[in-house]
Amino acid sequence: MLAYLIRRLVLTVPTFVLVAIAVFTLVRLIPGDPVQVMLGDAVDPSLAELYRTQLGLDQSVPVQFFYWLSHVAEGDFGHSISNGVAVLPLILQRFTVSASIVLVAVILATMIAVPAGLTAAWKQNRSLDTGIVSMATILLSIPSFWLGLLLLIVFGLNLGWLPVVGYISMRENLGQALLYMILPVLTLTLTESGILTRMMRASSIEVLRLEYVTHARAKGLAESKVLMRHVLPNAFAPTWTMIGLIMGHLLGGIAVIETVFTIPGLGRLLVDSIYARDYPVVQGCLLFTAAIYMVINLIVDFCYPLFDPRVLAE
Amino acid sequence: MKTSLPQTNTFLGSLLIGGLLLLIALSFFWTPYDPLGLDLASRLKPPSIEHWAGTDEFGRDVFSRAMTGARISALISSFTVIIAVIFGTTLGLLAGYLRGWTDRALMTLTDALLSFPGVLLALGLMVVLGASQFGLVVALGLAYMPAVIRVVRSAVLSIREKEFIEASLVIGNSEFYTMLRHVLPNAIAPIAVLATSMFGWALLSESALSFLGLGVSPPTPTWGNMLASSRPYMETAIWLGIVPGICITATLLGVNLLGDSLRDYLDPRTNGS
Repeated sequence: MLAYLIRRLVLTVPTFVLVAIAVFTLVRLIPGDPVQVMLGDAVDPSLAELYRTQLGLDQSVPVQFFYWLSHVAEGDFGHSISNGVAVLPLILQRFTVSASIVLVAVILATMIAVPAGLTAAWKQNRSLDTGIVSMATILLSIPSFWLGLLLLIVFGLNLGWLPVVGYISMRENLGQALLYMILPVLTLTLTESGILTRMMRASSIEVLRLEYVTHARAKGLAESKVLMRHVLPNAFAPTWTMIGLIMGHLLGGIAVIETVFTIPGLGRLLVDSIYARDYPVVQGCLLFTAAIYMVINLIVDFCYPLFDPRVLAE
Repeated sequence: MKTSLPQTNTFLGSLLIGGLLLLIALSFFWTPYDPLGLDLASRLKPPSIEHWAGTDEFGRDVFSRAMTGARISALISSFTVIIAVIFGTTLGLLAGYLRGWTDRALMTLTDALLSFPGVLLALGLMVVLGASQFGLVVALGLAYMPAVIRVVRSAVLSIREKEFIEASLVIGNSEFYTMLRHVLPNAIAPIAVLATSMFGWALLSESALSFLGLGVSPPTPTWGNMLASSRPYMETAIWLGIVPGICITATLLGVNLLGDSLRDYLDPRTNGS
C-alpha cells in the first residue's frame, strides 16, 4: 500500500516540472515585450531597463525559469501588473469561490448519478433504462453555459425566486451566499450528472454480467443486497476516476459559468487577466489550476484501492 | 418491454447531423438574409414570417447568422479533429511501435499535456496565438492531441504483438510498411470512436471560448459569440439566446448519439452499454 502511494507521489514531481516548463514557455511565447505592456508605449528607455533588471528579464531564459520556479516553490507567484497585488493570495481567494461551487456540484451529481446509473443497468433495455439513458444523453449534450442562461431566465427573471447576478461570500452572509450559489451549482449538477450516470451504468452492466453476481443471486440473496453489496462497490471504481477528471475539467472550464452568473472565481480571474495582459496572473492561474488538477488526480489514485484493491496487487 | 434504443439512436443522430450538414451546405449558396447585413429599422424583432428566428440588436437576421455560424463552428471543429488525429496518430504509432526511449519521451510529454484540463490548455494557447479561427484550430488541436496519442499507442502496443505483424516482417516487409499497412488499419476503430466524441468536445470548447470572447470575434457569427452577445437582451429578446443554444445542443446530441452507435457497431462487446 505504502509503496504504491510513494511511487505515485514520486511520479508526480517530474510531471509538475514539465507542467511548469510548459506554462513558462507559453507565457514567454506571448508576442510583445512584457515591460512595454507594463509601462505603456511612450516610456523612458532607462526606466524600462530598470524594470527589466528588477524582473530578471535581462538574464538568460533558463536562468529566468529557475528564478521563477524557485520563487514559486516558496509560494511567491509574483505580483499583478495591473494593480500590484500578490498573485498567490489573489488566486487562493478566487479559488475558494470556484472550488466551493465545483465541489458541491460534483457531490450532488454523484448522488444523482450513482443510483440512476445502477438502476438503469439493473433494468437494462427496459423502458426505465431508456428513460434514464435518454435523459443523461440530453444533459450531456446541453452546454453548461446555455443551461445556466436558461435557468437564469426562468428562476431569476421570470419567477424572480433567485438573484440574477452577483455573489456574496459565505463570511459576509451565509444564507445570502447559499442563495447566490443555487443556480450555478444546479447548472453544473445537471450537466455533470449526465456523463456520470452513463459511466456508472456502463460499468454496472459489466459487473452485472460477472459470475459472482450470478452466484450471489443463485444463493438466494435479495436483489437489493446483490446490487448494494456486490455490484455497487465494484462498479463504482471507474466512476470514481471519472469524478476526478470531471472536477479538473470543471475547474479548467469554470470561466463560462462564472461569466453567466458574474461570480468572481478563478476562471473569471484568468479570463480577465488575459484581457488585461496581466501575465504574472495568467501564468499563476494556469500553473495553479494544473497543480490542483494533479492533486485531484493524486487523491483519486490514492483512494482508488479502497474501491478496487486489485491495483495494489500489481 | 424491450425497446430498440440503438436503432432509434442511430436514426435520431443521423437526422440531427444530416439536418446540420444540409443547413451548412445550403449556407454556402444561400441564407435568407445577409448574416452581416445591418438593418437598424428592424432591431430586436421577434420571430416572424420574414425573420424566422427574429433579428438581433443590429437588425441582423438570426436564422441567417445561425446558418453561417454552423458552418464556421463545424469547420473549426473538423479541422481541430483532423489536426489532433493526424499528429496524435503519427506520434502514437511511433510511441507504440518503436517503444524504448521514443515511447518514454512521448509519454512524458503526453502526461504533462494531460495534466492540464483540455479547455485550460486551449485557453493558454489562445493567449499566445491570439483570438482567431486559425488560433482556435491550432489551440484545440494541440489540446486534444494527447488523448489521441494515448489511445493509438495502447492499441498499437497490443496489435504489434499479434502473429500477423511478425508474419509481415518475416516475409521481408519493411518496418515502415508493416506499421502503415498492418498496424494502423487495426487501430482505426478506436480512433474513429474518439474522433467522433472529439468533434463534440471541439464544438463545445469553440462555443465556450467564443462565448468568453477568446474565440471567433464578432461580427463573424458563431453560436458561442451569438450567445455571448444575447446576454444584455435576455429579458427583452429571449430568442437571441434560445436559437444558438438549441443549435449547439442539437448538434452535440446528434454527435453523441452517432458516437454511441459507432461504438456499438465497431466494438460489439460494449453493445447496449
